[in-house]
Amino acid sequence: MRRFRHTEEKLFRVLMFLSTNIIVISLGIIIFSILYKGLPSLTWEMVSQTPKGGFYFGKEGGILNAIIGSLYLAVASTVLALLIGLPVALMMNVHLIKYTKLVNGIRFLLDLLWGVPSIVYGAFGFTVMIYFGLKTSLLAGIITVTLFIIPIMVRAMDEVLKTIPRGLMETAMSLGSTSSEISYRVYLKQVIPGLVTAVLLSFGRAIGDAASVLFTTGYTDHIPTALGQPTATLPLAIFFQLSSPIPEVQNRAYASALVLTIIILATSILSRYFSKKYQKNRIKQ
Amino acid sequence: MEENAKIRVNDLNLSIGKQKILKNINLEIPERKITIILGPSGCGKTTFLKTLNRLTDLYPEMHVTGSITIDNDDILHTHKDITLLRQKMGLLSQRPYPLPMNIYNNVAYGLRISGRKKRRFLDKRVEHYLKQANLWDEVKDRLKDPASALSIGQQQRLCLARGLAVDPDIILADEPTSALDPISSEAIEKKFVELKQQYTIVMVTHVLRQARRIADYVVFMYLGEVIEQGTAEEIFQNPQQEITKQYLKGAFN
Repeated sequence: MRRFRHTEEKLFRVLMFLSTNIIVISLGIIIFSILYKGLPSLTWEMVSQTPKGGFYFGKEGGILNAIIGSLYLAVASTVLALLIGLPVALMMNVHLIKYTKLVNGIRFLLDLLWGVPSIVYGAFGFTVMIYFGLKTSLLAGIITVTLFIIPIMVRAMDEVLKTIPRGLMETAMSLGSTSSEISYRVYLKQVIPGLVTAVLLSFGRAIGDAASVLFTTGYTDHIPTALGQPTATLPLAIFFQLSSPIPEVQNRAYASALVLTIIILATSILSRYFSKKYQKNRIKQ
Repeated sequence: MEENAKIRVNDLNLSIGKQKILKNINLEIPERKITIILGPSGCGKTTFLKTLNRLTDLYPEMHVTGSITIDNDDILHTHKDITLLRQKMGLLSQRPYPLPMNIYNNVAYGLRISGRKKRRFLDKRVEHYLKQANLWDEVKDRLKDPASALSIGQQQRLCLARGLAVDPDIILADEPTSALDPISSEAIEKKFVELKQQYTIVMVTHVLRQARRIADYVVFMYLGEVIEQGTAEEIFQNPQQEITKQYLKGAFN
């Protein structure tokens, strides 16, 4: 018996060691290959200029149009999704606390929406766009991406809000707070770091998704100056350049991927810094 | 019993599904006295306390019948604003739950949500209530520090100050000293004896010695029922029921 328990322990150690390594190594390979292929092509020209005449044949120009386009799109849809999603998440956890079945129903619905592939959102956005007579534009992209990240953001916030102990709610209630006061004066302050993570997760999905913007934002070599104009995005920039047979252009695809990775990394570090600043008042468990 | 009962409870029943948590509770809680609800763990003391300020609303699975009358108003079936009703009762829970903000704002919270926002007024009130809770001297130089940085005994006194700041008539306390060290516990007990000049205090405890020290009136509960109630003298010197006698002898601990 004793022997068996030891073998079992060893077996699981080996299995866990293996799976950890698979994850870490594959992540390493991804980052390495992006760096290896992309870094030589990542020049100042690449990030500071829009595509010039021969750009798609490996000549001069850069992907500034896609960088700016992606930032516009991701920031706008994250802000919109936050404005819509935060009240929903708070309502589910404070106002509707008595209606367990209803809240679980909403959770199920959101989980379903989370599971819907982004290309379906893209197709839906496309249909809506045609119905309203819109052309491919930044606005259509923002609307589609917002719809696509709302379930992600709400569920991520919901999971954070669920961890707040019932005692804090009882305390706030016994002081005579209304549900909205509990939401915005107490709960928000308690979970700001978790909410930042939720927003960040949604931002990452918004800036990194290609399928939902494929039909809705289109692609252009210009930096958009109005919501009605088509807009280039980084994921599509990667996609188009990677499909080219010319090696220089392919390498630029990796450089674009590197830019995208750096943007996500930078937002992640910044938001972690700010969420630390705001968590000093948090009540620890 | 006395004429000046602050809280009258009639035929209160509370059940979760088929399980009965509180059975036919009939009680009168006197004004400006310390009423101790005594009983072993799991006898429904805490749940009873929560029905008094309708925190049971938070738990849809709890089914409550009967009536609780405070100042001639049946709070279980009232049309009045429930948040105002709760402000008449300060609550101290088993472990302190400061709000996620700094010390000053914790005390000012209740005043702010009831619309009193002038800085000078708040400063005065915060100082007054922190002094009432014997916390002022320890925190006066760091009012801007997060409440979570205080020790647990200080946090409980902060919660007391915060509860008093909404200007209640009644203090509900659910084993307020169970997480505290002996010195902090004694401080809270002493404070309660002082506070009964102005407030009606209802405190739940299973600590017999504590009940003997501060109770004016005692309610003994066992398995969701009120077994016996009376003045501290009656219950401690001359209990009528066999279960009460056994509990007082320490047979349950």
